[in-house]
Amino acid sequence: MNAIAQAPVEGGVGNPVLNIGIFGAFVVVTLVVVFRASRNNKTAADYYAAGRSFTGPQNGVAIAGDYLSAASFLGIAGAIAVNGYDGFLYSIGFLVAWLIALLLVAELLRNTGKFTMGDVLAFRMRQRPVRAAAATSTLVVSFFYLLAQMAGAGALVALLLQIPNENVLGQGIVIAVVGILMIVYVLVGGMKGTTWVQIIKAGLLLAGTAVITVWVLTIFGFNLSALLGQSVSANPSLTTAAGAEKLLGENLLAPGLQYGATATAKIDFLSLGLALVLGTAGLPHILMRFYTVPTAKEARRSVVWAIWLIGIFYLFSLILGYGASALVPGGAQRISTAPGGTNSAAPLLAFELGGEILLGLISAIAFATILAVVAGLTITASASFAHDVYANVIKKGETAPDSEVKVARITAVVIGAVAIAAGILARNQNIAFLVALAFAVAASANLPTILYSLFWKRFNTTGALWSIYGGLLSCVLLIVFSPAVSGRPTSMIKDADFAIFPLANPGLVSIPLSFLLGIIGTYVGARHHVEIAKYSEMEVRSLTGAGSEKAISH
Amino acid sequence: MVPGAARSGAGRDDLSTLNERPGESTDKTIYEQVQASPEFADLRSRLRRFVFPMSAAFLVWYLAYVLLASYAPQFMAIKVLGNINVGLIIGLLQFVTTFLITTLYVRYANKHLDPAAERLRERIEGAA
Repeated sequence: MNAIAQAPVEGGVGNPVLNIGIFGAFVVVTLVVVFRASRNNKTAADYYAAGRSFTGPQNGVAIAGDYLSAASFLGIAGAIAVNGYDGFLYSIGFLVAWLIALLLVAELLRNTGKFTMGDVLAFRMRQRPVRAAAATSTLVVSFFYLLAQMAGAGALVALLLQIPNENVLGQGIVIAVVGILMIVYVLVGGMKGTTWVQIIKAGLLLAGTAVITVWVLTIFGFNLSALLGQSVSANPSLTTAAGAEKLLGENLLAPGLQYGATATAKIDFLSLGLALVLGTAGLPHILMRFYTVPTAKEARRSVVWAIWLIGIFYLFSLILGYGASALVPGGAQRISTAPGGTNSAAPLLAFELGGEILLGLISAIAFATILAVVAGLTITASASFAHDVYANVIKKGETAPDSEVKVARITAVVIGAVAIAAGILARNQNIAFLVALAFAVAASANLPTILYSLFWKRFNTTGALWSIYGGLLSCVLLIVFSPAVSGRPTSMIKDADFAIFPLANPGLVSIPLSFLLGIIGTYVGARHHVEIAKYSEMEVRSLTGAGSEKAISH
Repeated sequence: MVPGAARSGAGRDDLSTLNERPGESTDKTIYEQVQASPEFADLRSRLRRFVFPMSAAFLVWYLAYVLLASYAPQFMAIKVLGNINVGLIIGLLQFVTTFLITTLYVRYANKHLDPAAERLRERIEGAA
């Protein structure tokens, strides 16, 4: 099997035609669903919020589909395969974060907002400045997240379609096809179509990883300890791309392989952990999903479903990761040097177990994952621009809903085009920090303002603006001057060194700073009569659901 | 918290787009009346009494885990059962507590929050 595996392209496996074929079937099925869903796509509430007609469980599956990006699916399994326990740490932060969404945000947001995060943040503030700020941070978070997904597509193409990185045209065409499909889903299907794509993808992803998990566990007689033992004995050490020798073995089972080297690395990990756990409930594309259900109670059920599905998925990825380093011939060494790097762990494991067919399925699921996540990001960013910036900031709330949706569709095309171009340009860049940055910006620019707006009576417009812009600017500046951008062999710009901030993750500084700026700004700024009166309405609405947006029945 | 303090009758927000439905605009004070009611104060305190301590608890538990992983890797590496070590067990316990808190909150909300919220909602929407 090993000989076949390495025959076509160096380190590549499987049959690209089969991979494309299975992905093509997914595209055909989802396009049919999207076109059927588009029949009732007339009003703004249809386009942005799917008429608020999804049930809690349906939305929960869609949230899982939106949240489990390629970084979660391929990245975490790969990180566990190569770095062992440290990969597992990521998934715990990603899961625990959902409790903030469940306990503090989802229901109250559903009860007060309409389409976007800006609806809630600006509810009792002066509309135009706060909406502009909310839209700015929504666009920044969504763009970084989108860029990471599209650039990740390049690595996937290299691995699964055996188009090498040198073939710019070939990879570029595949990225463009993914981008164009995504635009079609968003334009035709709106939120309803996008949601169905995410539901189908989440079902496939969970089914696919469940099959591999059970398969791996069967090989080891459902003995987790035996699986871990095999992973330890099969991987005594690893030679990194830089030529350094890294001892694996027993180290795979304990924390420290990736983050434990220096005192700075440890603080960096703490910073990452903080951003992961506080970022999720501030991700605009996740928040927008809560508007697609009819009531706050359904929003709660969505989060409960999402937590179970996401938690089970991360347990699967633990088995996938250790399974890959234990069972793939060549283990962690081969995985880290295969095309696509550590992302190749899950696909290589699938090939090892089920040959070309299972690999084809997993490849198709990986592409479907990217497609569904970028569609969700695009509809969120375009809704925020059309609803917050165009309708409320530029037109001061005096637009027909039709023209607002038209602007949203045009924006979706522009964002799609930018994403394709940026994805092609960023193909071989080290973009892992972009996802971490998206979480850090969400945690610093969005979460403090969301929590203050919902729970702190004294909070006002000045506090909101200081917190949003302060969190956003400090995050972006700290990243620019961090080792993720310059000064290290792994940096984006290798030849220059302006990394005066030692951490790759800014969260540890920018999140507390933003919470603090919210407080200082609030006491510096004055409260308007409007804000005081609106607080009563916001608080009562958020807790009781009175006057909340109703579902549309067609 | 002083409910409905210092309210100005002229404080209508004509910039808002969120407040377009009839009813609310004619009788805005219903929200302030409800906010000042003991039933609402009770609902608010029941929500906060659950979610604030629970959020603090899981954040502390999660940060303790992250700190242990960063600064006590030898402790995490202690084997308990075959190759299964303390780190893996604490990590899996994070999953368990997440599922547990989720379930507890749903039970609490169904029993102690939803009925009160519904009563208040009917009162507001009936008055509108």
